[in-house]
Amino acid sequence: MKKITTNQIFWPLAAFIVLLVYNAFFAKNFFKISILDGHLYGNLIDILKNFAPLALLSIGMTLVIATGGVDISVGSVVAISGAIACSIIDGRLGIFDHSFVAALILALLSGIACGLWNGFLVAKVKIQPMVATLILMTAGRGIAQLITKGKIVTINSAPMMKEYYFLGAGYFLGLPFAFFIVVAVFTIVMILVKRTAFGLFLQSLGTNPKSSRLSGIKVDRIKLVVYTISGLMASIAGILISSNIKGADCNNAGLFIELDAILSVAIGGNSLNGGRFMIPASIVGALFVQCLTTTVYALGVPPEAISLLKAIVILVLCLFQSDSFRQKVFKGTGRWRKGADAA
Amino acid sequence: MDNKEILLTMRNISKSFPGVKALDKVDFTLRKGEIHALLGENGAGKSTLIKVLTGIESMDEGQVTLEGKPIHVKNSQHAQALGISTVYQEVNLCGNLSVAENIFVGREPMAFGRIDWKTVNKRAKELLKNLNVDIDVTKTLDSYPVAIQQMVAIARALDISAKILILDEPTSSLDAAECRKLFSVMKQLRAEGMGIIFVTHFLDQVYEVSDMITVLRNGELVGEYEARNLPKVELIGKMIGKDYEQLQQIESSKKTSHEAKENFITCRNITSEANIRDLDLDVNKGEVLGLAGLLGSGRSEIVRALFGADRILSGELNVNKKRIKRNKPITAIRNGLGYCPEDRKSEGIVSELTIRENIILALQAKRGMFRFIGRKEQNRIAEHYIKLLDIKTPGREQQIKNLSGGNQQKVLLARWLATDPELLMLDEPTRGIDVGTKTEIQKIVLQLAEKGMSVIFISSEMDEMLRCCGRMVVLNDKKKLGELSGAEINEQIIMEMIAGGKSV
Amino acid sequence: MKKGIFSRNFSLIVTIVLFLLLFTAGSLRYRGFFSAQVFLNLFIDNAYLIIIAVGMTFVLISGGIDISVASVVAFVGMLSAYLLRNGWNPYLVMLLMLLIGSTGGFLMGYIIHYFKIQPFIATLAGQFLYRGACFIISTSSILIDNPVYSTIANYQIKLAPRTYISISVVIALIVVIAGAITAKFSKFGRAVYAVGGNEQSANLMGLPVARIKISVYVLSGFCAALGGIVFSFYTLSGYGLQNIGLEMDAIASSVIGGTLLTGGVGSVVGSMFGVLIQGIIQTIIIFQGNLSSWWTKVAVASLLCLFIVLQRVISANRERIRRRMLNDS
Repeated sequence: MKKITTNQIFWPLAAFIVLLVYNAFFAKNFFKISILDGHLYGNLIDILKNFAPLALLSIGMTLVIATGGVDISVGSVVAISGAIACSIIDGRLGIFDHSFVAALILALLSGIACGLWNGFLVAKVKIQPMVATLILMTAGRGIAQLITKGKIVTINSAPMMKEYYFLGAGYFLGLPFAFFIVVAVFTIVMILVKRTAFGLFLQSLGTNPKSSRLSGIKVDRIKLVVYTISGLMASIAGILISSNIKGADCNNAGLFIELDAILSVAIGGNSLNGGRFMIPASIVGALFVQCLTTTVYALGVPPEAISLLKAIVILVLCLFQSDSFRQKVFKGTGRWRKGADAA
Repeated sequence: MDNKEILLTMRNISKSFPGVKALDKVDFTLRKGEIHALLGENGAGKSTLIKVLTGIESMDEGQVTLEGKPIHVKNSQHAQALGISTVYQEVNLCGNLSVAENIFVGREPMAFGRIDWKTVNKRAKELLKNLNVDIDVTKTLDSYPVAIQQMVAIARALDISAKILILDEPTSSLDAAECRKLFSVMKQLRAEGMGIIFVTHFLDQVYEVSDMITVLRNGELVGEYEARNLPKVELIGKMIGKDYEQLQQIESSKKTSHEAKENFITCRNITSEANIRDLDLDVNKGEVLGLAGLLGSGRSEIVRALFGADRILSGELNVNKKRIKRNKPITAIRNGLGYCPEDRKSEGIVSELTIRENIILALQAKRGMFRFIGRKEQNRIAEHYIKLLDIKTPGREQQIKNLSGGNQQKVLLARWLATDPELLMLDEPTRGIDVGTKTEIQKIVLQLAEKGMSVIFISSEMDEMLRCCGRMVVLNDKKKLGELSGAEINEQIIMEMIAGGKSV
Repeated sequence: MKKGIFSRNFSLIVTIVLFLLLFTAGSLRYRGFFSAQVFLNLFIDNAYLIIIAVGMTFVLISGGIDISVASVVAFVGMLSAYLLRNGWNPYLVMLLMLLIGSTGGFLMGYIIHYFKIQPFIATLAGQFLYRGACFIISTSSILIDNPVYSTIANYQIKLAPRTYISISVVIALIVVIAGAITAKFSKFGRAVYAVGGNEQSANLMGLPVARIKISVYVLSGFCAALGGIVFSFYTLSGYGLQNIGLEMDAIASSVIGGTLLTGGVGSVVGSMFGVLIQGIIQTIIIFQGNLSSWWTKVAVASLLCLFIVLQRVISANRERIRRRMLNDS
């Protein structure tokens, strides 16, 4: 029993299941899945669709946090990538007008470029991650506005609109296409982490960068790679989000999503100080966050109250993961007995 | 000694951590005007006893009385209020504050409701002058070397504490002159009636200043002795609790000559960013080369430069007759070098990782990220070295931070041995390690050399150097003073060389 | 010795010089820019941010972070508006707000210290909590028509003909001065630096680390609530989506003012200039007329980048000097 509860993924999974059970009792039709227009339809399917961007971001964020860093610029990168993709699809950038492929490639490249910039500041210039990514976080939305010339770009009537819309909102084999993107990305990253030494090196440098360097790990390069992955994830998320709403809204696309991503990683039980990490746990964390949002909608609670719920969730989960909290609260039983044994 | 007034008694102190009984009914007595050495191997319970006394850990049972009154120390503030202060091995001050502030923070003299900076600086200056340290006290602490920082820590402790001063390994980062200065301060304080608890690994120092010695072993009290009535050999016996034959065995197996050995490393005119200047050095295959010198002599800086931990600014470095251009740790590793750094905790172990992961880390880095060592092979390698080096652990999946210092050091050795290096550089591999493990590590070093591996060995304990090294390079002030080999190696000569080098 | 002091305050000097340069540039470029009132407007428009930045500076120096402040401001505005509409005494409302801010800070500080929860996460929870609480009061904006609030809001302290400051500015300046004195001349202030420099050491030196760490969050919560009150003088309304991202402005101000996010280094006066620099960039963009307001963000970010790199260069330089000293000794 102890082995199960000490497994990192136990708590987030338990929380997720509790939430599902709650829904089973209190939210009508939460588990109902029907077939509509040839694909599955229902709250659970919605969760799979909507959690895709957050899941991608939390994958990137987990890696960044494992190095002992944090990337708070992902929300802005989401905005930039969406702005680029939509501007090209809508044909207002002046180059590659209406090209679907160019939209994707340029959007992804923008994410990579942003990630490289962050990585460069952190790894080469040696700026603290929070500060380094604060720069792009502040500037990013401005840059996105520059791309869209300060307007909200809608792609309702663009020639490639259908194809673009499919990415974030389409269905494949009855399931949301975005979910398959998550599965693919997750698989690739897991292979990188588990089948190469990347995971070991990450944990090592997140725990002790000095020792890691002296053991021959190329600390700077790994950091650079990790931030680049995070940027890339953010740009994919940006594409999905803008595709889902058929447009780029530089002010609101991905607003606060960096907080949700960090929240997912934290709910997944990863130490925010770096070191040990577990990507599946973060994904469960993201699933939980999304499920919470959907639950709130399903219950008819005003959506503004979501943040209140998130706050409570953060507190409860973090407190239960905190050893000192458990000790203080449960000391009446656990500690007492230990003392008696010793005597 | 008995006529001295008793200051502190600790009776029947017990403390358990999960799975370990750190202290088992330990007694300790400190008298006024006494320097009392607290000795024992690593894991003997010295630091736990200190932590209990200073309120950092709470004891499970036992009584502590200070000047006849029972006390129960709640935390370090409380300890200070009671007149017990501590100077720790690693300087525990704040580098971002000025020297003066570090001495007075938390109890700054006030005037008109605000901190009186003039008095703070003036008094700090005076306090340090008493310790023969004359520096600008308004500069930040981190602009001074560790030895000075240690003195600042002592100045702070002295100014606070009226009754008991605990010095936990205070001399490990001091050179001989600085030690002497510290000892004279200790003696002066003893004369003033202070009780001093002195924890150290340097046995010579124990005899230089201590009146009484308390020895702990495996969390139990071995006994309390008067220093002048306890010969060093007996003391070691009490500390390790076994025959010290092993020590003598090594003595006899000391390396003989090293003629006609093939050259592995040649340095010419190396200048490094850590101020090694125009250094020439050769390392031969299969020899144990000692770098002898005081702290700051450049002994650590040389190996750091060879390993690429510090940048080489100019000069020529050849490894295996190959000219090395841009030296980085990973290049050095691929050229067959390994390096156990001086600061095991912050530059050696990766605390969160398991023993297995710590062992294969450098090997994996040497192979590159994509030539992944499979889990089975990882297990095999880890088990192999755990057995070979006799690492004491419940299993290879233990986090390394749960091991004792000596076993951590062995894991680091395993990390480098796994890379199959041609040259292993060990900077203070036995610091802070119990005598038993020390001997084991020395043995390993000699065995490796016999098998043809080169070893560069650095230690601040001359005995150890004399036992292990076939050739010695004597250093002072980042310069090479000379070389000794075979029968020429002699403590007296080395000391004279260093002393001579200093006067020039 | 002289050089030491210079290098320690180097960041601050650069910040002030930059401010003066920007002001000079604006004055040369735009008519009507060079006036006492344009300068004073920087304070009037940013009084709340200055107050918040002071609290934030202490948190950052202690090595923590408080990202709940923006929501505190929104919540204070919202709750004050609601209570005032229900006929509460305005002074009682203000007092209550300060109490709420401080208590919130205390709770966050408590769980950060005693339960070892990351400051970022704990204050993130605080942020969500306050923000959600706003919408429980109301999802739309509430106007403040209390006479005391309007009077304070509209009161002008004349310094010279056609040159005035608001009461908020006076409050902000008092906070800055009190903050600066606390930082430099009080035991608490120095202890905050010590904790930020090395928490473990601070503990072993016998400093009451728990009290200090919790106090900085109380201080930050207090300042955020005070900033919220001042902000509601400024807008005379409360709205739940007010000031999204303000915490980043406060952090950016501190960083531009020379605070290191790793803790242990920073100054209150620097943070004030950090706010003023952001303000003056905004003013320049308004004077320019044809630039959208989002240029402010890009400009502030560039500056932020410049300052961060500069700090990095300075500290790298200091490290090199230290090494040389180490070797020469």
